[in-house]
Amino acid sequence: MKSLLLEVYRRPLGRASLFVLIALYLGALFAGFLATQPVNSQDLAHTYHPPTPIVWHDGGLAVPDYRVVDKSGPRYERTGEYHRLRLLAPGFEYRLLGLLPLQRHLVQPVDPSAKVYLLGSDSTGRCVFSRLVYGSRVSLLIGLVGITITLFLGLLVGGLSGYFGGRIDFFAMRGVEFLMAIPSLYLLLALRSVLAPRFNSDQMFVVIVIILSLIGWAGAARVLRGMSLSLRRRQFVLAAESMGQSPLRILRLHILPNLASYLLVAATLSIPGYILGEAALSFLGLGIAEPASSWGLMLSQAQNIKIFMLNFWWLLTPGVAMFVTVIAFNLLGDVLRDIVDPRMKTQ
Amino acid sequence: MTDTAPVSSAPLLEVENLRVHYPLRGGLLRRVVDHVRAVDDVSFPGARGRTTGLVGESGSGKTTIGRALIKLAPITGGSIRFNGTELTTLSNREFLPFRKRVQMIFQDPFNSLNPRMTVEAIIREPLDIHFPKQGVAEKRERVAGLLRRVGLEPDHMHRYPHQFSGGQRQRIGIARALAVEPEFIICDEAVSALDVSVQAQVVNLLQDLQAELGLTYLFIAHDLAVVEHISDHVLVMHRGKLVESASAEEIYREPKADYTRKLLDAVPRL
Ligand SMILES: Nc1ncnc2c1ncn2[C@@H]1O[C@H](COP(=O)(O)OP(=O)(O)O)[C@@H](O)[C@H]1O
Ligand SMILES: [Mg+2]
Repeated sequence: MKSLLLEVYRRPLGRASLFVLIALYLGALFAGFLATQPVNSQDLAHTYHPPTPIVWHDGGLAVPDYRVVDKSGPRYERTGEYHRLRLLAPGFEYRLLGLLPLQRHLVQPVDPSAKVYLLGSDSTGRCVFSRLVYGSRVSLLIGLVGITITLFLGLLVGGLSGYFGGRIDFFAMRGVEFLMAIPSLYLLLALRSVLAPRFNSDQMFVVIVIILSLIGWAGAARVLRGMSLSLRRRQFVLAAESMGQSPLRILRLHILPNLASYLLVAATLSIPGYILGEAALSFLGLGIAEPASSWGLMLSQAQNIKIFMLNFWWLLTPGVAMFVTVIAFNLLGDVLRDIVDPRMKTQ
Repeated sequence: MTDTAPVSSAPLLEVENLRVHYPLRGGLLRRVVDHVRAVDDVSFPGARGRTTGLVGESGSGKTTIGRALIKLAPITGGSIRFNGTELTTLSNREFLPFRKRVQMIFQDPFNSLNPRMTVEAIIREPLDIHFPKQGVAEKRERVAGLLRRVGLEPDHMHRYPHQFSGGQRQRIGIARALAVEPEFIICDEAVSALDVSVQAQVVNLLQDLQAELGLTYLFIAHDLAVVEHISDHVLVMHRGKLVESASAEEIYREPKADYTRKLLDAVPRL
């Protein structure tokens, strides 16, 4: 495991994608610390505010001051004034990792009424940057949780039916085929609408993950069944059987470790599917709902024609974030597969 | 032979009328339509401390016999007695002690060792099963001794199988088989996948171990030359049936079955 990480690190693409992902996940963990404003603090006087660059002014960090020149646009221009920024300054209260109540933030304006919009503001004057870092929690976690459930179910059903074969295998695989035969989009929409009234917005996150992984595990189960079937015929498994090893320990010692590299690669390559799945659902208004934030939800709120006409590009940054994340996972998965594959071959 | 004969002079293994028939299924309902008679009515003794060679072309049922002896192939009929105990009627639990006394060395040195386990874990596996109370240090000591015994270095135990050559891997397989001090070892094409020079080294190692530990071998191969070299008694199989059973010299001098003669013709004479 350690050597695998080292080999990823040795390849430029692997290193780059690893760094990007680590940065993204750290950002999600410390969202409260990075955010400049509370996730839902609206300011209707500053809608569609352009991004405020951080500049060096008068011996310190500062952001330029803006004023509205055209309310209908709205259009802003700089006044020439600057608001001083402070690093590691106190601001609104948040809980670090959901536990520790804190007030320190990476940057805060010295004057609390000054507006800092690192990535602009949206149609209700909320800070896009702050929403982006908070939203990354949902988008990034959904992949991890989803793939864990999927692979766990796939491993349980596929691994066991491949190993034991016979009747267990027959029924498990017919069940899997049944699941795979249902068009997943309809299943998704149906389940979502049945479950919707019963859950609030926070719980909906969990429900979406569960729906996505319940649909996804069948494919994983089929692949894992095939792999455990072929591993079962390998001579080292026969050797273990011949010396009296119990089926459970054969599964744990011989089958599982030989599936591990596949699992790792499959997990890395499938996570983007969950991230995009959440985005698609939220885009259709079936996913994460206000007041929570997610990249999919933010994108769905950027569908306004005005945003394109007036070039409010900052509202599309959640799409960029999603793109970067998906590419990073795919690259990492490719690198992992390149490393793992030649070693999985034993001949 | 009388009933009062000492146990030690009786064969360690007695196989009588062994049959292994695999069902062939066909049709929509996967009904049994026929059987593959992989092993059909085979009887032979396995003399204590000796090597019984089992030779025959690919698909003749040699592997199936070896597997039937350790309950890895479904036995259709017949009897297998090990040291006087009937094995075919034992439950899995009752059979466990015999999984210590009978070990197997496999054909493919690249496939018979788990690529994810260290050499130490591989050789320790049978010890963990049959001597669960033994301490870790004691087991490691034993693994080191076994590695030395089969001609490898004790500190090879921390490596993985892919770091060894075919011949070295087969030695690791032999060390694993020896770990629990078996009486009987089934060598299923144990040298067939190796280069000729390496074959000779591994065969010599097996012979040394036999002389030292009094092991009984069932030596399976498709190559009569190798079998003849190592065996005291040779069995020739053809399509699931035993067509010849004779001492190694006899087989060469006066082969009885036509099939044996064909096999002999294929052996290069020096
Ligand atoms: N699990 C099985 N199911 C059905 N047929 C089998 C099975 N194992 C072996 N056979 C058949 O039994 C015959 C003998 O095979 P085997 O014992 O492997 O031969 P050998 O080791 O002499 O090459 C072959 O015809 C093979 O196809
Ligand atoms: Mg064979």
